[in-house]
Amino acid sequence: MRIALFVTCLNDALFPQAGIATVTVLERLGHTVAFPAAQSCCGQMHANTGYAAPARQLERLTESAFAGHDVIVSPSGSCVAHLRAHTALPVYELSELLIDVLDVTDVGATFPHRVTYHPTCHGLRSLRLGDRPTTLLRAVRGLELIDLPEPDQCCGFGGTFALKNAAVSAAMLTDKCTNAALTGAEYLAAADNSCLSHIGGALTRHPHAPKPIHYAEILATPGPLS
Amino acid sequence: MSRGLPIVAVTPFPVAAERELGDAQLRGNLGRATRTIREKRARVVAEVADWEAMRERAAAVKDEVLDDLGELLARFEAAAVAAGATVHHAADAAHANAIVTELATAQRAESVVKIKSMATQEIGLNEALEAAGITPVETDLAELIVQLADDTPSHILVPAIHYNRRQIRELFARRMPGFSETSDEPAVLAGAAREYLRRTFLAAKVAVCGANFAIAETGSLVIVESEGNGRMCLTLPETLIAVVGVEKLLPRFADLGDFLRLLPRSSTGERMNPYTSIFTGVTAGDGPQRLHIVLLDNGRTHVAQDPLGRAALRCIRCSACLNVCPVYERAGGHAYGSVYPGPIGAILSPQLTGQDAGFNKTLPYASTLCGACYDVCPVKINIPEILVHLRQTGPKPAAERVAMSTLSWVMRDRRRWRAALRAARTGAAPLRALTRRRGGTLRRAPWPLSAWTAHRDAPLPAAESFRDWWRRTHEQA
Ligand code: SF4
Repeated sequence: MRIALFVTCLNDALFPQAGIATVTVLERLGHTVAFPAAQSCCGQMHANTGYAAPARQLERLTESAFAGHDVIVSPSGSCVAHLRAHTALPVYELSELLIDVLDVTDVGATFPHRVTYHPTCHGLRSLRLGDRPTTLLRAVRGLELIDLPEPDQCCGFGGTFALKNAAVSAAMLTDKCTNAALTGAEYLAAADNSCLSHIGGALTRHPHAPKPIHYAEILATPGPLS
Repeated sequence: MSRGLPIVAVTPFPVAAERELGDAQLRGNLGRATRTIREKRARVVAEVADWEAMRERAAAVKDEVLDDLGELLARFEAAAVAAGATVHHAADAAHANAIVTELATAQRAESVVKIKSMATQEIGLNEALEAAGITPVETDLAELIVQLADDTPSHILVPAIHYNRRQIRELFARRMPGFSETSDEPAVLAGAAREYLRRTFLAAKVAVCGANFAIAETGSLVIVESEGNGRMCLTLPETLIAVVGVEKLLPRFADLGDFLRLLPRSSTGERMNPYTSIFTGVTAGDGPQRLHIVLLDNGRTHVAQDPLGRAALRCIRCSACLNVCPVYERAGGHAYGSVYPGPIGAILSPQLTGQDAGFNKTLPYASTLCGACYDVCPVKINIPEILVHLRQTGPKPAAERVAMSTLSWVMRDRRRWRAALRAARTGAAPLRALTRRRGGTLRRAPWPLSAWTAHRDAPLPAAESFRDWWRRTHEQA
């Protein structure tokens, strides 16, 4: 299948590994990935910070960049949720694409580590990803999945909320990190690098806390294909 | 805390929230209380097979009310008057306070007993009555605690949620006439309050209440309460004054069923409400002989004009959204500077007053848009969507406006975007070298990014952007 990748502006600039991992997984499964170069940002940050006009321009830009593509994938739950609400693009979050469209749960990865998964709010409540990401992780060889306490509690990121309401954001972040550390996992995985940059930025300050990782990077690790 | 108008924040939310966050006792009390109540709610909601269908129906009924507000108000008034009630229309808070004060004064009342009511808090009725020399006595236990403490409520349903029982015993000992208990068992404290209130009920000539629902078809008012204090207020005094927001209407009596199932499960986590009073006009020789209904607008018909924002008027004040809100749980109710705290307060207060009132424009930003509130709301108010709508229509800082349009201008053109990514990468190169040992993240940054790095490391632009990687690996054969 020919699948177009919407990498998102944040991943393009700061976390290219998530995009590279998505490409790696899909190509390993035998699919062709396209990267329309006219893409940049879906407009989510502008819209949620209160700027409707620039948000609309970026939504239109994304629509025209992906015109003619029947299947679009993105490794970001919140951007997928935004595009689904504001455009008619056939866009899927990576776990939706793998499980619902491609009918795959074992992507042939090996990751011999203890991992806990944080279901980010957009994945949980806008996209209703449910157990899709953890189903994929459970099929990874050697991976031990450990439940995160209070998984459905927001990490406190919220885009510019983290700056505008820094004190409340930090209080929520502390609770999320405490729960992550309680698991004893080596990695905290999630489906959105925006939340992960916030949680991960605090986790890296603690020597024994789990390391942040996008779950696509785990799925991209090599292993015997089944 | 400092007091402004009851629905106007006098302090920006981030400042007030940071102050409240410093109160460890408050955070402990609130964290425990909201966790208990949200677990209880989740349990009893899961029991109802047609919960989603019921939410849909309730939302549709409330939207019908907003569509036909004028007509339904006229129908309600005609039915209520026919049953012996007197109906008043109050355009704003001052108008409503004047009507109630005048009615109480006409009865030569020195005090009035009150049933917990958000509408009377919204208009600051207690303060207006006191100014006229009339003592209002709150008869809901939690509301009484707040009143005795000379405090303000911090939760719609549990106004004293920020107190624990030790604090309540100490308060009663200081402020409640005749209190001499040494135990802080909830039953003992409630018993003492009951003694005190019973004397007050028997002496009261005038009662003031709100209403959970007003039925247009029959002119009936419906009050839902847990303690029986409402029943006392509704039956003992000669004169009853109800202050009712115009959005409390339901078109038909038959509509009530869904709401009486949705409300208790959402608010207290109970399957059924303990005391539900439905009353219509006056009955000779039984109960109050004078019933005055003050229909309160106070910004509501204006909010009803906004096609998106008006859904806030569906609210039945169950407080489920407060109990699941991670921001409310940490900042507490007082941080919102309004009698309407939490997610519903963040969309209701700024709409009722206009965003320019006090610091109400900071309220739509008091959310991460996590969506937990929308999931639990029994009338399906899409609170995150309205928060974003209010951000988009409200006042914004000039510097931020410039930054946002510049960013979008850069992002709209692939050459500009690629150049920006390369510039960022080049600019960050020395920092990346310095921070390599730590995994390439930044521990301290200048303002405004310092708000980020105060609590977490900041990521640096990658050595190679995704699009450069793609070009290198997929386009250069
Ligand atoms: S907005 Fe919804 S959840 Fe919140 S108090 Fe109102 S009815 Fe309840």
